[in-house]
Amino acid sequence: MQRRPQRVLAASAAALTALTLAACASSDRDSGSGEGGGEEAQSGGTLVFGAAGDPAMFDPAFGSDGETFRVARQIHEGLLTNELGGTEPVPQLAEDYEVSEDGLEYTFALREGVKFHDGTDFNAEAVCFNFDRWYNFEGLAQSPSASYYYQAVFGGFASTPDTPSIYESCEATDENTAVIRLTQVTSKFPAALSLPAFSIQSPTALQEYDADNLSGSEDALSYSEYALEHPTGTGPFKFESWDRGNGEVTIVRNEDYWGDPALLDEIIFRTISDQNTRRQELQAGSIDGYDFVAPADYQTLEDEGLQVLVRDPFNILYLGFNGGNVPGTSANPALKDLRVRQAIAHAIDRETIVNSLLPEGAEAATQFMPPTVDGWADDVTTYEYDPDRARQLLQEAGAEGTTLRFFYPTEVSRPYLPDPAALFQVINQNLIDAGFTVEPTALPWNPDYLNAVQAGQADIHLLGWTGDYNDAYNFIGTFFAEASNGQASAEFGAFSNPEIFAALAQADAEPDASARTEQYQEANRLIMDYLPGVPISHSPPALVVAENVQGLEPSPLTAEVFSTVSLSD
Amino acid sequence: MTAIGDVRRRRIDELAARAGQVPEGEGGVSLTKSAFRRLRRNPVAITGAVIVVVFLVVAAFAPLLAPRDPLAQTLLGEIRPGFIPGAREGFPLGADELGRDLLSRLIVGSRQSLLIGVVSTVLGVVVGMALGVLAGAFGGWVDTVVMRFIDIILSIPSLLMAISISVLLGQNQWSLVIAIAVTQVPVFARLLRGSMLAQRGSDYVLASQALGIKRSRIVFGHVLPNSLSPLIVQATLSLATAIIEAAALSFLGLGDPDLARPEWGAMLSNAQDFLSVRPELAIYPALCIIVVALGFTLLGESLREALDPKFRR
Amino acid sequence: MLRFVVRRLLQLIPILLGLSVLLFAWLRALPGGPAQAALGERATPEAIARYNELFGLDQPLYVQYLRFLGRAVQLDFGNSARTGRPVTEEFLERMPGTIELTLFAMVFAIGVGIPLGYLAARRHGSWLDSASVIGSLLGVAIPVFFLAYLLRLLFAVELGWLPGSGRQEVRIDATRITNFYVLDGLLTREWDAAWDAFTHLVLPGIALGTIPLAIIVRITRASVLDVVNEDYVRTANAKGLATSTVRRRHVIRNALLPVATTIGLQTGLLLSGAVLTESVFAFGGVGSAIFDAIFARDFAVLQGFILILAVVYVLVNLLVDISYGLLDPRVRVR
Repeated sequence: MQRRPQRVLAASAAALTALTLAACASSDRDSGSGEGGGEEAQSGGTLVFGAAGDPAMFDPAFGSDGETFRVARQIHEGLLTNELGGTEPVPQLAEDYEVSEDGLEYTFALREGVKFHDGTDFNAEAVCFNFDRWYNFEGLAQSPSASYYYQAVFGGFASTPDTPSIYESCEATDENTAVIRLTQVTSKFPAALSLPAFSIQSPTALQEYDADNLSGSEDALSYSEYALEHPTGTGPFKFESWDRGNGEVTIVRNEDYWGDPALLDEIIFRTISDQNTRRQELQAGSIDGYDFVAPADYQTLEDEGLQVLVRDPFNILYLGFNGGNVPGTSANPALKDLRVRQAIAHAIDRETIVNSLLPEGAEAATQFMPPTVDGWADDVTTYEYDPDRARQLLQEAGAEGTTLRFFYPTEVSRPYLPDPAALFQVINQNLIDAGFTVEPTALPWNPDYLNAVQAGQADIHLLGWTGDYNDAYNFIGTFFAEASNGQASAEFGAFSNPEIFAALAQADAEPDASARTEQYQEANRLIMDYLPGVPISHSPPALVVAENVQGLEPSPLTAEVFSTVSLSD
Repeated sequence: MTAIGDVRRRRIDELAARAGQVPEGEGGVSLTKSAFRRLRRNPVAITGAVIVVVFLVVAAFAPLLAPRDPLAQTLLGEIRPGFIPGAREGFPLGADELGRDLLSRLIVGSRQSLLIGVVSTVLGVVVGMALGVLAGAFGGWVDTVVMRFIDIILSIPSLLMAISISVLLGQNQWSLVIAIAVTQVPVFARLLRGSMLAQRGSDYVLASQALGIKRSRIVFGHVLPNSLSPLIVQATLSLATAIIEAAALSFLGLGDPDLARPEWGAMLSNAQDFLSVRPELAIYPALCIIVVALGFTLLGESLREALDPKFRR
Repeated sequence: MLRFVVRRLLQLIPILLGLSVLLFAWLRALPGGPAQAALGERATPEAIARYNELFGLDQPLYVQYLRFLGRAVQLDFGNSARTGRPVTEEFLERMPGTIELTLFAMVFAIGVGIPLGYLAARRHGSWLDSASVIGSLLGVAIPVFFLAYLLRLLFAVELGWLPGSGRQEVRIDATRITNFYVLDGLLTREWDAAWDAFTHLVLPGIALGTIPLAIIVRITRASVLDVVNEDYVRTANAKGLATSTVRRRHVIRNALLPVATTIGLQTGLLLSGAVLTESVFAFGGVGSAIFDAIFARDFAVLQGFILILAVVYVLVNLLVDISYGLLDPRVRVR
């Protein structure tokens, strides 16, 4: 039970904010007492940040959720990252890269003089070690819940010839040059390398702590010692401890960071799952900031002098329809009729939803990706709020009063969906007004809800997506690309529309950027004509921090880095 | 939250034992009659009864009493993040977070809340009674098996039991009712069995047996009716806990999935998100729950006192 | 006495076996079964089939049950789907917090409840009496989570007197020995840590202790009133004993008998209440773990925690029965 062996240095309650760990208190720093610094960003101090959930572990290669990545982003770095406060991929551990003409070979020139937290060198061999590690995952590491992002970007593994991988090889041609070869062109590459899942981790530590050894019991995946206790990256913060009983992750400044060192001595991510508690803890001063601010609280918090940092909307909320082709499920066959789908689209009052339920800055969506992404088309078919038209379409289709099994998640707040219950109730009423009958099903978000809707059990369901990087395929490809045998994913009822599939595949494989943009615009037009769901809104999620927290740049990808954050007095 | 556990178990047994104490004296006035007479003189009982009756009447005539459609999102257009319209003409208590009339929702919500309480208690009484009668009337191995089963259910703290059942049944309107009913079953089973055992040795049972009357007739004709008064007391008290427990389950996200259908517990737990904007959204349903629970508790406690021979002086 | 204890212990066996069957059946009856529960989110039918084969879930039920029982006896309840850690480990880590909290709640309920109940009975019919009766009725009628919200809003947010969540201010880096934070602080002489941990117990402890408080007030009052009317008290009074002696020797001692047993019997109530209170106060104990497990549908944790808590509950009840036997000679006769 001894998990934090350090002794407390200072002991007076008044000096709490100035407390530092004995083990890593730097002798030359005046931690937070306020003498030095002046107007310049001061260094030192501890930031306590309220997280909405526990991270799963700290090996991002096995991560797929935001809370895991929130911590991983501070510890680990990839070849690329996203520009501060933006969505464009920019070099990080790679200084530069070149693409061969056929689009299959990427040559990365790596940053020199970078060291992992364990003191070993970052170099081309380490990069290739990581790529080969992912490609050679075995056993439980291949399960979708473990290596989700690898599979989403690269496909299969070395040991799964049936599901080929687009990864071919990685070669360290010299100390600081890594050449990565792919088997086919994809628009996901290289932007996908900015995902935290593709962080470069210390080969020494990965081996020493048996990182790939996922054990499974009858009930769950258990991560390796590496992932739980010894994550070793190159980032501005180092992993310190994880107090799982209290949901507290502590990371400390990496003094040997290759870039500008972090300003804070220490960050503690504390899990507070209830958003009211998070707000009250911030108001009471026991945490310095938190994520997923309820839209209703933006004003209250600002009035109290707290800083609400609103991110640009980079997400999509939609109502998905069931195409009715998933074996073993039964969807309402009326949804196969375009007029019924159009009736639903006309029935939904998106303006009111955006104005009344979503935070200021939210906008109604016309298609399944935000306007800031290349490939957004301004001339797609749109569906205005028009209950009469909806009723008329329904009548023409002969489906008045048809029953829709409407699934919605409970007890969850997503960046694109702050209050699912309220949204459900409004859309529910819209649909009833337009002459539908609704049969609601509420399920807890993870895993029940995601399981159910991704298996095609709902007639209509609410879901959304926050983009991982600036790429159209990351949105519409994720939703509507051909999943298998000429059908879309089960989430959309495995509908079959060869035109959409062809358009997406063609755009994904197009190396020329401007040609690709046009092809994605065409895909968006096709999608909005076919209407496999109704895009509803793009909304700006927000973080909030105390008055004295400086330098936190909100990221549309919800990918904030804390190395530039400091505490003033 | 409920006062389940052994407090209740022991209290149940005490209550049960009273059924065996056949009324004596009082010039032939039956226990029920004299109890009723004492109740009418007890201000506590009257307060409880008035509360209960008022809420029952409101629930029964809810659609007529509600000034507006509780589902109509009339003021939705005026709602902005961080602003919910307060009281105004036509909306005496203001609107809820989706622009619906709060007063109408409270009134119509009484129906659902009381229904959950009543149905789950009735279900608990019926199943519990069946098990109790089975155990009490047959004795022997039937008794042993039934009571062991009851003990197993009682060994899980009530809320945990209700959680397990709700999770198992999935979220729908009835899983809540069933979950609460199951936590009530052992209470009533124990109560019935206890009171039947207490009466087994009583003179009139012995006399009936001596007269050769069939066992079923003794059980249903004499023993069961005599066990009714403790049953009524316990059922009244259970109604209060059932309503509070329903609110707790709603808070745990295990309530009715159709949020449009107003119910106090769901309204209360839903309103936690708007405490900083309009605390009334939480306060009113909470008050309703507290007052109704109080009403049933007052009534139940005074019934208990009235039926207790110790107080017959 | 020993025979009584042994007999009671033997009686536990069928109850525990029944419980294990019930909880085993519960997990199997869930939609999708354990494989779905474990693989979660994106599990394909093939993955589920492979998983079932790997862990013997395709074997007959009784084989699976025996294996489950075999592991349960060794306190192995599998791993949490959410964290991947052994359920037992999580339980042991979180139990000290819940024990601290329930102890605080109990001390609060007893410390306030008995004097209040006694005074109410002594001044039968006074305003204090009426107030305590009404208060004890209200205490049982308020939904615990709502009371918790009110307490936190008032004392933590508005007034800022007490911490409103967690077990320890995160900026205090206290040494952990036993995971009983107050005790740890005392053992290591980190007084500020101990005091801080204690202040974190106050609000959730009061919220959790309200129902037991209400019950204790009511029972103390009723039992003092009962005892005052007993023959032996009248006899003692008639003998001319000093009022204080009568009170001390006869009234209080005898009145406390039912109270003492009631106190022991509040465990189930506290365990249920802890789920709600701990989650409102983000208090890292067993209750908040159950709350999280409900939302994450972490069945292994729910199953294991409920089974262990039920065993704890049964054992506490046993202790209470034994102590009842010690206190009340009439029970021993049987």
